Amino acid sequence: MSNIDISQREFKHYPEKKRKIKGSSIITFIFLAMIAVAVMIPLYVIIVTSFKTLDQITLGRIFDLPTTWTFEGWNKAWSEVCSGMTCNGVKAGFFTSIKILIPSIIISVGLASVTGYALALWKIKWAGGFLFVLFICAFVPFQVIMIPLVLITAKLGIYGTFWAVAIVHGVLSMPFLTLIFRNFYKDIPPELISAAMMDSGSFWRIFGEIILPMSGNIIIVVLILVITGVWNDFLIGLTFGGFGAQPMTVILANTVITGTGAVRYNVDMAAALLTAIPPLLVYFGLGKFFVQGISAGAIKG
Amino acid sequence: MPEIIFKDLVKQYGYVTVLEDLDLKVSDGEFLVLLGPSGCGKTTLLNMLAGLVEVTAGEITIGGKDVTDLDPKDRGLAMVFQSYALYPTKTVEGNLKFGLAAQKLPKDEVTKRVNWAADLLQIQPLMKRKPAELSGGQRQRVAIGRALVKNVEVFLFDEPLSNLDAKLRTEMRLEIKKLHNELKKTIVYVTHDQVEAMTMATSIAIMDQGVIQQFGSPDDVYDNPENLFVAKFIGAPPMNIIAATIAKTGDKIFAAHAASGVSMDLSAYEFTSEPADGDKVYVGMRPEHFVIGDDISGKEAAQFELPVLYAEKPGSDGSAYLDSGDEQIAVRVETAMVKVLQQPDARLKIAFPDDRFSVFDASTERRI
Ligand SMILES: Nc1ncnc2c1ncn2[C@@H]1O[C@H](COP(=O)(O)OP(=O)(O)O)[C@@H](O)[C@H]1O
Ligand SMILES: [Mg+2]
Repeated sequence: MSNIDISQREFKHYPEKKRKIKGSSIITFIFLAMIAVAVMIPLYVIIVTSFKTLDQITLGRIFDLPTTWTFEGWNKAWSEVCSGMTCNGVKAGFFTSIKILIPSIIISVGLASVTGYALALWKIKWAGGFLFVLFICAFVPFQVIMIPLVLITAKLGIYGTFWAVAIVHGVLSMPFLTLIFRNFYKDIPPELISAAMMDSGSFWRIFGEIILPMSGNIIIVVLILVITGVWNDFLIGLTFGGFGAQPMTVILANTVITGTGAVRYNVDMAAALLTAIPPLLVYFGLGKFFVQGISAGAIKG
Repeated sequence: MPEIIFKDLVKQYGYVTVLEDLDLKVSDGEFLVLLGPSGCGKTTLLNMLAGLVEVTAGEITIGGKDVTDLDPKDRGLAMVFQSYALYPTKTVEGNLKFGLAAQKLPKDEVTKRVNWAADLLQIQPLMKRKPAELSGGQRQRVAIGRALVKNVEVFLFDEPLSNLDAKLRTEMRLEIKKLHNELKKTIVYVTHDQVEAMTMATSIAIMDQGVIQQFGSPDDVYDNPENLFVAKFIGAPPMNIIAATIAKTGDKIFAAHAASGVSMDLSAYEFTSEPADGDKVYVGMRPEHFVIGDDISGKEAAQFELPVLYAEKPGSDGSAYLDSGDEQIAVRVETAMVKVLQQPDARLKIAFPDDRFSVFDASTERRI
């Protein structure tokens, strides 16, 4: 042990090195700024419009701030707007979306992580062939298999319920997510798995006690993909939800497209924002981990 | 008590044969070191014994029981890996406990074993830490602890010290040796480091390209290397090997070294098969067996007087490297002599005793 205590050392300040902005980075900067503006302007319009009164909206002048700020549009959007015959706002869709989301997450993350773990770390017959099939599946467009899937869910007696939507989501995202998990688990040092094989040898125990606790980063990446994918989906919800299980996006489309009488822009904008908020919250909450998860491989021993 | 037997073991990866017809017996309580250069198949062999790598052909028995197709956890073995392979999300205690995952033991027995291993390895204060918060040496201890708790009869080590610095390596070497003496378990220990092998082993199997070149006690492989590979691999600096030609005169056998013009008298050497006149051979001489300068009595089998290329003093001994004309000859010298030998144009008179040679056939490279 050395007897120099680091905390006792005198702290010396060095001047910070100044970074010069180079020509190429100025161009990058301008480019990014233009993209930001292209996104920000419509977003600004949507937000201010949602807080305006209908009277002010009829004046046009979409860039003006609301003269009186009102939550009327938001209230109506949440609990009063009509979708088809029912007039319960996007609220109903919100809860349906949640009901779809939770089983979707469990099905897709559950299946994909276990399958990825098995493919990456266990000696499995035909693993190569199976991976190839998964790879193909991950890139089959949904529209191609839509009709057969409708028939299958109808046969199972779940067509038109949130179960149908959730299961279709889970099954369709499983191939791609499995590839993600498998690639992540491939990076786990082989000796670690060898040690676990000698210590336990149990498929589930190794998964639960060793592998899953190491999967934090990748699970967050996958969660973000699944949550935003399921929440923003329109086609699957429309096709499999029937009238009984319309997710928020479908309700939103119905209210905006099929509104009768004068178009209430403030309500429409508020409804759109309400629908967009949940995935945004997920991004803000987990975005930091998302970047970590994408860049970091498996934990090193 | 177990005795490990490998019988006609073959391992192929695709069309590459890594191990070919390997036979080896490890007696109970032995400290067997598998020694060989990187890539010669040591890890493969150890992993096959552990059940982590499939056997292509052949048979492995432990204590008379065929384990060739048994699951790793059912073989009654414990293994310490080169990278330690500690579970990163578990504490030290969790790591030790998971070592017992396959054995369904009552809770207090688990606690007892974990505490016993922790005391033995002095890792008690680290129990609540994660592997990332440990130094290399500490991780090594935990890895050994995780093997010890299993209380099995056979321990496998795969280059356990290669990630440690020199000082720690020496320390851990002694510690592992001590554990073997105390616990009297069978150990199969893989390394490419001949110092580890010579200091720890009760027997050594030297491997090259998937073939066991020699199996014997450390003294045996050191003094009587079976072939040129073993001769060159064991010892630091390694054995000097010079090419020579057999010349018989009367009942005497000489080996003539053309480059230096020296004839070495091999009459006292115990040939297993006596070479014919004119046969090409390699003569091996260990650096520490040379007699130097004034100590030469004249009764030695060969005398050289050679120019010194360089001399060095890496530790408690000095080494001089002499120019024999073709090969360079390493000689161990007193440290006091090193200064003298470092003078320009220094020459050194050396001789070699008649009972220390190793002689190899030049074409088969086997000991004769
Ligand atoms: N999974 C594998 N696939 C193909 N070849 C392998 C595999 N594992 C090891 N080998 C080859 O087998 C040989 C022996 O490897 P290994 O047993 O790790 O050597 P060592 O432990 O003695 O350094 C090497 O040539 C290596 O390339
Ligand atoms: Mg190895």
